[in-house]
Amino acid sequence: MNETVISAKNLSLTFQTNDGPVHALKDINLDINKGDFVSFIGPSGCGKTTFLRCMADLEAPTGGSITVNGMSAAEARMKRAYGYVFQAAGLYPWRTIGGNIRLPLEIMGYDKAEQAKRVANVLELVELAGFEKKFPWQLSGGMQQRASIARALAFDADILLMDEPFGALDEIVRDHLNEQLLKLWARTEKTIGFVTHSIPEAVFLSTRIVVMSPRPGRIADVIESTLPRDRTLDIRESQEFIDIAHRVREGLRAGHAYD
Amino acid sequence: MSWIVTAVVFWLAMWTLNVRLAKGEQTRFVKILVPTLFGVTLLVLWESFVRGFSISPILLPPPSAIAARFVSSLPTLWEDFVQTFIKGALSGYVIGCSAAFLTAIAVDRSDFLKRGLLPIGNFVAALPIIGMAPILVMWFGFDWQSKSAVVVIMVFFPMLVNTVAGLSAKDAIQTDLMNTYGASYWQSLFKLGLPAAMPFIFNGLKICTTLALIGAIVAEFFGSPIRGMGFRISTEVGRLALDMVWAEITVAALAGSAFYGTMALIEKAVTFWHPSQRN
Ligand SMILES: Nc1ncnc2c1ncn2[C@@H]1O[C@H](COP(=O)(O)OP(=O)(O)O)[C@@H](O)[C@H]1O
Ligand SMILES: [Mg+2]
Repeated sequence: MNETVISAKNLSLTFQTNDGPVHALKDINLDINKGDFVSFIGPSGCGKTTFLRCMADLEAPTGGSITVNGMSAAEARMKRAYGYVFQAAGLYPWRTIGGNIRLPLEIMGYDKAEQAKRVANVLELVELAGFEKKFPWQLSGGMQQRASIARALAFDADILLMDEPFGALDEIVRDHLNEQLLKLWARTEKTIGFVTHSIPEAVFLSTRIVVMSPRPGRIADVIESTLPRDRTLDIRESQEFIDIAHRVREGLRAGHAYD
Repeated sequence: MSWIVTAVVFWLAMWTLNVRLAKGEQTRFVKILVPTLFGVTLLVLWESFVRGFSISPILLPPPSAIAARFVSSLPTLWEDFVQTFIKGALSGYVIGCSAAFLTAIAVDRSDFLKRGLLPIGNFVAALPIIGMAPILVMWFGFDWQSKSAVVVIMVFFPMLVNTVAGLSAKDAIQTDLMNTYGASYWQSLFKLGLPAAMPFIFNGLKICTTLALIGAIVAEFFGSPIRGMGFRISTEVGRLALDMVWAEITVAALAGSAFYGTMALIEKAVTFWHPSQRN
């Protein structure tokens, strides 16, 4: 079970901007194993999004290397190795919700019957059954975000990369989706990379928590969760949970002291 | 004098009525009625003032005379319409817009073309292209082919510039998504680039309807067979038959509005999702 899926070695990325270079990532080393649920947490601007985008080959590193499934990130992308959920839903307004979820399936050449089956399945999963024929702009922000998650789940990628997917949702919906996500993870054995701002969310979901610090973006601490993989929301009241959350908070503080 | 009094009374009555209607509930019927009443008022004022002040029909014929001439000259008007609108304007419009569309796709793909062709496009679009008409008539002959060529040149660059702008209208997340799916260039073009470009493309198509009609009519001033709207306008002006000139102008206005309206309707159906089209 300890097969490495994503491996970053001395990964660096410097953006050249008009105000001079921005060191978004500097000498990042991290291995993510198959079936892991890894959260990235840290203050805004510490490079969480950039790191995730490097895994997805949406951003080209300026130093070091990153491999996905033993291939370069670019090869893995062309092999459709991952589903990506962006911070904003990014649905196509000219397609219905069903049509948006069907988009990756059409591109990847699934046949019509299979497309219909999968769309129905994932809509059920994110509790949007009955909204298939609606257009994105007819739905609330939270529903749009759920549709965008459904879209990333519709095809068989064994890696799921999510960039603050629940950031804009209210607490109750968020709790619910967190539970749903854990169930999905247990059932599909996907490897998940998950960016968040929220300490409880990171602790509740993850097997490993990567604490990052800004300027330059680097890893401040990696915390292995001792919580069982099978968990429910009430685990958040346990001492173990509180201890891990405490350690994350300490890590975040230490990171800030760098400035 | 009675014509002037009638005109003023009618005008005041219609004005009051329209102000009332505009303030009241905006049903579909009212929305059509208000501009219709406005147009009718304008015609009645025109007719009354021309008669009341005994204006020479050479300066300005009354609408009734134009209408009478319109009805009695239907076969000629139709022949001119076919020559100028269908053969000249429409063919040039279709050829010019399609060529611009295909060029825009090439431009969007190639940085070289984008930096080389687009500035030239903006330059050419700013030229009074109609000045080319005599040259094109020399090249392509008197018949509709030269008119079509003028139209092609007139619509090409506005359409090109709009389509190129449209093809870069997609936002970053939408493009990133296509990349995460490992989509090919063509998949990305058909499923993202073109749909996102549609509002811009239709903007170009609408602008070009007007340009096409102007181009086809004016090009006939520089030589044409003995039919066509531009030909008729220039010869009837010479014969002081201004009612016929106005009848041709009426045809042009009707054709132009119908052309523009058709494109606007198709636009509404295609870009129903765009914030400007949702109600
Ligand atoms: N395309 C870009 N061009 C220039 N600078 C960027 C770009 N993307 C991100 N950055 C900078 O890189 C740093 C890390 O950004 P990001 O990865 O978005 O942080 P996070 O997701 O943790 O908030 C920030 O300082 C941000 O301003
Ligand atoms: Mg971010």
